[in-house]
Amino acid sequence: MIQIEGVSHTYRTTDGRDIPALEGVSLEVREREFIALLGPSGCGKSTLLYLIGGFLPIASGSVRVHGTPVTGPGPDRGVVFQHFALFPWKTVLGNVLYGLEKLGVPRDVREKRAREFIDMVGLTGFEESYPSHLSGGMKQRAALARTLAIDPKVLLMDEPFGALDAQTRSLMQAELLAIWHRSPKTVIFVTHDVQEAVYLAQRVFVMSARPGKIKAVVETSFERSDPHIFKSKAFVDKVDEIWGLVRDEAMKAQKGRPF
Amino acid sequence: MRLGLVSADVLPSLSAVASAWWNLAIDPDLWRNAAASLYRGGAGLALAIVVGGALGIAMAWWRPVNALASPLVEMLYPMPKSALIPVTVLWLGFGDGSKILLIFLGCMLPVTLGAFNGARSCEQALVWSARSMGASRLNVLWDVVVPSALPELLNGIRTALALSFILLVSSELIVARAGLGYLIGFLGEGGVYDAMFAVVLMVAFLGFFADRVYMLAASRVLRWRD
Repeated sequence: MIQIEGVSHTYRTTDGRDIPALEGVSLEVREREFIALLGPSGCGKSTLLYLIGGFLPIASGSVRVHGTPVTGPGPDRGVVFQHFALFPWKTVLGNVLYGLEKLGVPRDVREKRAREFIDMVGLTGFEESYPSHLSGGMKQRAALARTLAIDPKVLLMDEPFGALDAQTRSLMQAELLAIWHRSPKTVIFVTHDVQEAVYLAQRVFVMSARPGKIKAVVETSFERSDPHIFKSKAFVDKVDEIWGLVRDEAMKAQKGRPF
Repeated sequence: MRLGLVSADVLPSLSAVASAWWNLAIDPDLWRNAAASLYRGGAGLALAIVVGGALGIAMAWWRPVNALASPLVEMLYPMPKSALIPVTVLWLGFGDGSKILLIFLGCMLPVTLGAFNGARSCEQALVWSARSMGASRLNVLWDVVVPSALPELLNGIRTALALSFILLVSSELIVARAGLGYLIGFLGEGGVYDAMFAVVLMVAFLGFFADRVYMLAASRVLRWRD
């Protein structure tokens, strides 16, 4: 379970101005729940994810994961980044092995485990490839295998499919759901894609334009194994409803820019 | 073949240089001098790589180190290092020590700057990834920052390699009792110009060869790039 209470965050620009990114955010994510953080770009949704990850200092408010206050990064919270963040100097196998090495898993066990997860994401045969030789979708599969291999209780995903083409993205979404159904974890999925949020998450947290606050929480439980879900009226209505909430914020976010 | 544009003393024919080189090569003296040069260059360069690399990465990782060292680095960078030849001789005398110190001082800065720029270009997401997989901050330095710095660091070392030849030969020319630079000066003063040219060409070839071998090794180390 993740409890976030009254979290605010400001960051300082290079010319020394303080920009409020988050203001008084409170939310609770249940055990093994899949939630989406949805909002226009610059609303602080990634910042919130980094705070949970322990990458940024928590200046005000509190973030607790399974009752323990977050003080820094840790292997209980696995992260998948938009641009994969694979170690380019390591092969796919080397990347997946890295976390297992750091956690002190014995050599023969970690080798077997790494190959299992590479197989699970469909990268068998590419164990010895370097990331620069893989397509975007394959890189994200490798990154997913690397994170899942260390078996984190919480999965933090920062627009993980945002850099992929449309076909690859929808394939990856379906696979992520399949993986999550097989071994449910608590997932926090950051996205600005309404349809993606509605499809993947059980609850969608809509955030307001900067400074980010939680504007609305929408339940979005669908029978996701249905291949025609995207065309169903219930799904389309839900997307419309949430899109209505996001649109105002996206327009507000646009106003603060030159055009 | 000669066009007769310049006198044979000023620019001896290639065949004369080749036979002069052969006469030098069958005498162990040439190899003793070459070994002395190789030792000085190798030791100076190795020190520059280790110390310079560590300093550059430390400057990128710890702000106080950067605040302390960067004014010094910036001040020394444009200075012609050959100006240090008399200084190192004054400190360490005519032997190997002064040459090694000179090459170390002269070659360190390009390595430091390469390591510094490389380490600074290290992606935040890679550091965070490693940390979230259980790596300590020190682990991150070795596992993420150093390999991220490698491409630029290896570029800096290539510059240092070329510099090491320049500094080696010029310091040996000025004050030394052994080494290829010393041999060039000795043969030149003695008027044995074809032999002098032979040693000059040998140094040029060694420099070229070292650079090629280095590039080959570097591309092997960086084979993960594209």
